[in-house]
Amino acid sequence: MAVRASDYPPPFAPPEFVAEPTDPVDERIEVGVLIVGAGPAGLACAIRLGQLLDEHPDVAERLGDVPVAVVEKGKQAGSHLVSGAVVNPRALRRLFGDRYRVEDLPSYGPVHGEAVYVLTRRNSLRIPPPPTMRNHGNWIFSLSQLARWLAERAEEGGAMILPETAADKLLVAHGRVVGVRSGDKGRGRDGQPMGNFEPGADLVAKVTVLAEGTQGHLTGVALDRFDLRSDEPQVWELGVKEVWRVPTPLRSIVHTMGWPLRTRAKYREFGGSFIYPMGDDMLTIGMVVGLDYRDVELSAHDLLQELKTHPKIRKLLDGGERIGWGAKTIPSGGFYSLPKRLHAPGLLLCGDGVGMVNIPRLKGIHYAIESGRLAAESAFAALRRGATPASALGSYDEAVEQSFIYRDLNEVRDMRQVFGRGFFVGGALASAMTVSKGRLDLGKLRAEPDAEQPLIRSGRAASYPAPDGKITFDKLSSVFLSGNKTRDDQPDHIRIERTVHRDVADMWVHMCPAQVYEAAAADGGDTVTVQVSPSNCVQCGAITAKGGRLTPPEGGSGPEYTLA
Amino acid sequence: MKVAVCVKHVPEGSPRLDPGSKRLDRSGEGALNHFDANAVEEALRLKGSDADTEVLVVSLGPAKAADSLRKALAMGADRALHVSDDGVAGSDLVATSKVLAKALGRESPDLVLFGQQASDSDGAVLWAAVAERLRRPVVSQAAELSLAEGALRVKRQTEFGYDVIEAPLPAVVAVSDAINEPRYPSLKGIMGAKKKPFDTVSLADLGIEAGEVGEAGSQTEVLALSEPPSRGDARKIEDDGNAAQAIVDFLAEKRLV
Amino acid sequence: MSVLVFLEHHGTELQKGSLGVLAKAATLGGGDVAAVLVGGGVSSLAPEAGKFGAAKVYVVDDDSLEPPLPQARVDVLAKVVRDGGYDTVLFANSVLAADAAAGLAARLDAGLNWDLVDVELRDGELVGKRPALQDSVLVDVGWKAAPRLALFRAGSFDAPEGAGGEPEVENVTVELEDYSRGAKVVSQEQEESSGPSIEDADVIVAGGRGLGAPENFTLAEELARALGGAVGATRAVVDAGWYPYAAQIGQTGKVVSPKLYVALGISGAIQHKVGMQSSNVIVAINKDPNAPIFEFSDLGVVGDVHEIVPKLTELVQQRKGS
Repeated sequence: MAVRASDYPPPFAPPEFVAEPTDPVDERIEVGVLIVGAGPAGLACAIRLGQLLDEHPDVAERLGDVPVAVVEKGKQAGSHLVSGAVVNPRALRRLFGDRYRVEDLPSYGPVHGEAVYVLTRRNSLRIPPPPTMRNHGNWIFSLSQLARWLAERAEEGGAMILPETAADKLLVAHGRVVGVRSGDKGRGRDGQPMGNFEPGADLVAKVTVLAEGTQGHLTGVALDRFDLRSDEPQVWELGVKEVWRVPTPLRSIVHTMGWPLRTRAKYREFGGSFIYPMGDDMLTIGMVVGLDYRDVELSAHDLLQELKTHPKIRKLLDGGERIGWGAKTIPSGGFYSLPKRLHAPGLLLCGDGVGMVNIPRLKGIHYAIESGRLAAESAFAALRRGATPASALGSYDEAVEQSFIYRDLNEVRDMRQVFGRGFFVGGALASAMTVSKGRLDLGKLRAEPDAEQPLIRSGRAASYPAPDGKITFDKLSSVFLSGNKTRDDQPDHIRIERTVHRDVADMWVHMCPAQVYEAAAADGGDTVTVQVSPSNCVQCGAITAKGGRLTPPEGGSGPEYTLA
Repeated sequence: MKVAVCVKHVPEGSPRLDPGSKRLDRSGEGALNHFDANAVEEALRLKGSDADTEVLVVSLGPAKAADSLRKALAMGADRALHVSDDGVAGSDLVATSKVLAKALGRESPDLVLFGQQASDSDGAVLWAAVAERLRRPVVSQAAELSLAEGALRVKRQTEFGYDVIEAPLPAVVAVSDAINEPRYPSLKGIMGAKKKPFDTVSLADLGIEAGEVGEAGSQTEVLALSEPPSRGDARKIEDDGNAAQAIVDFLAEKRLV
Repeated sequence: MSVLVFLEHHGTELQKGSLGVLAKAATLGGGDVAAVLVGGGVSSLAPEAGKFGAAKVYVVDDDSLEPPLPQARVDVLAKVVRDGGYDTVLFANSVLAADAAAGLAARLDAGLNWDLVDVELRDGELVGKRPALQDSVLVDVGWKAAPRLALFRAGSFDAPEGAGGEPEVENVTVELEDYSRGAKVVSQEQEESSGPSIEDADVIVAGGRGLGAPENFTLAEELARALGGAVGATRAVVDAGWYPYAAQIGQTGKVVSPKLYVALGISGAIQHKVGMQSSNVIVAINKDPNAPIFEFSDLGVVGDVHEIVPKLTELVQQRKGS
């Protein structure tokens, strides 16, 4: 009888994070529109709102001192953002019109060329880029850096950005979302208030926009509270990447498939790698693996290290220096996993948080930006009418359905699922789908939640390279490089069952790129106790996909990505 | 009463040296020097809820230093003064203390507070130099601080116990990080900070010539960077039953026992 | 080059660190070195300074100046520098010396380089060596003009007792500035200390997961007691509840640089390393020969802490007892 992570559900119940406002009315912080998350979706929303409020000062006036507020749990915008990233500029163009051209943004230039390889342990076979991987016209960015730039534009447009502020609870009154409660600060390990304890505050708003990104905490809570979840479960990939300073510039973007991922269907190792130039002296290299993998010992971080030992890849890095590292999940359920609705009374949902990612193209940033922009327009429309009729927010769903977000996701709707049949069968089917522009209908293939995959062992860890400190690195030094210096004596923000079957424990140990989990010695039987070092956590979200639940730690904790 | 707190915006994350200037690379992200947060916290405690006490935070630094000043305002300081001028870059102790003293002189604070050091190790001992220029008594390493009738009383931890020191106001005090636990700015504090008075002045506003500060006005200079001597002969031995003796011999050799 | 060294004393003893600086100054080859002594009853200490290299000692013997307050000392130093024409003033770091050095720098508008670990004369120019970035890099620093002030890290130089002769002693009287007389020491308390705090300790014995179990921290405690040091802990054992957070050393704990750091059962992950890598001497004991800590320790011992440490503690006690 195979063991599954889902056999050990975490001690977590969404109602714990839904509450009515409790602060006295005159202590509540009132804003016009509250956006949770200073990522591309949240900042695009703030920027668009700034444009609209500028054109309509009468509406702005009625929103009080703070018409638009963006709360961000990281130290600053971009601190928790990790991506490749090759960005389709169309959403940026729609957002900025003629105020800024793409050239004005901090990028590493347009894509000059592209190559796709299928790797084996020692060789590589170049293949023509599949139709989904044509990146001509796209631009290379560091998402973290782009967010910092967008944050400045948002502030110029009048938005107030509140970093180091976690959105801990969804405030709901009379069935309507009225804001969020920020997290407490200054609690000790056991939750006890310390000398400088600062309780969270109720932030109330006329419209709340959740743009929390992958595994968004309140997004998950909201999907349950308002029964918005799709019948099709969401599934995720885990991406781990590094930034390197290199002596020889890389000219084109590179994607690889195959090794070190295994192709047989029983392993379900879906994914690949990306290598993007960042100017003349840097590049970024990352490994992306579907979290529906089955092997207990699969470690995306170690697969990345293994990848770097391939002769073709090693050559790119020789003489270079690793200067950055990061990890983050990517929702990959696509079209079928989108929520039933993207709005609820007082609430709008954007971006990666609801799964607007096109995995076959590895694109999501422009959908996030577009969804943020559309959310701004609907929020604005709702505000214009004076009162906030719940239905006014429904225009957001319509707008998204008419947009390229929907169109693109629909086109590739079945592609992810077919790879469950193995790389080669999957590849063929995927190509057929693209060529037919999605008209090839295989019938909906049900995806299973990542945590329900049966676990197997195959001695996979034996192939991971020992860290040499030059090309390959261990997890702890990588966490250090992410800038993570989270305060240790704060409450543990990770919800998991502590006593589990050793297969589940070992799976967590390998899965986590930040070495948060350790399996303590068994007491003879098959169950072990899991030890957690929560301050290592870089909040990638993998644990939520695989049987646990990530909640936001104290605001300001976690990585401080600058080039990711 | 007016309490001025000198704060510094220091680089965050892994510090790097800029190979060109051979100085700390300050181009990346920065934050309020956490030792200065102790000083801001102490000033706020002294103020308590007294509306007649003003807490002024002062910083000398590039444009980004404004972020740290705003954080101090978010904690509860009343007003910020930013001496922002490119000419200040590369100033050493002599030059920096000159500028700060000028800025503080204009404000005539009753008490000037400093944190115990800068995490980028560039600002240690600044308080003594500033006190000298202001011609005021200075007390450092304050682990406890109280005020009564125009005088201050400091408890300072030493290797042997503690000293109690009194000095009349106006005075300069450097607080140790043992003195308090800095508060987190509340959300209301962060939002309110944007409305608090924030003055930005240049060297010219202070009546300081460019040649008096920066690299030109500094009396010390950075000449070169090099690798530190390796730790000498690093020895690694395996215990064959005599490791303890080998360790003691090693310690004796280094004159540590 | 004419060098003046600021000497400190505690009670009836000259402070070792400042004697080390004095001894170093005497070897710089710039001519005779002078020293300054300020306090109550310090005249009797002047001859001692001669043994460590002072050709001349300026003495301000005044009980009212005995308390360790810096500003009066700035007045004294400024006068001696001006009257004696000294172009170089050296200090060994201490709370008092640091404040005095900085105050003097402002008084004379003179360059002060601090946190130096060494100094040399290079082509007639004085060049100081200062570690930066947690001691990962060494910076050469200089002075553009005289007077040149230098503050050395504690313990930078040994103080070998030489055969120096009787120094010339000059008693100095000084007009103190008003503000130099402002601060007064009202009381001084000696504390019965239960061992130094981690921040001040010259010796730290730290334990990690390799200790095996929380009870085994007694190994670290006993060794620390024998060595007169403090006990530290890694984040891993603090997380596991073996030792209090106040003892945590590392990136998110305390950053220390004692004279001696003994690491027991510590692997040496970078989060810990950045908290202790600038310790003068690092001794590591670990069962795992590949533990990263061996890459940056001065003496690495591959072995079992449970066997080695009790013996080590005993040997140290014997040595100290004898």
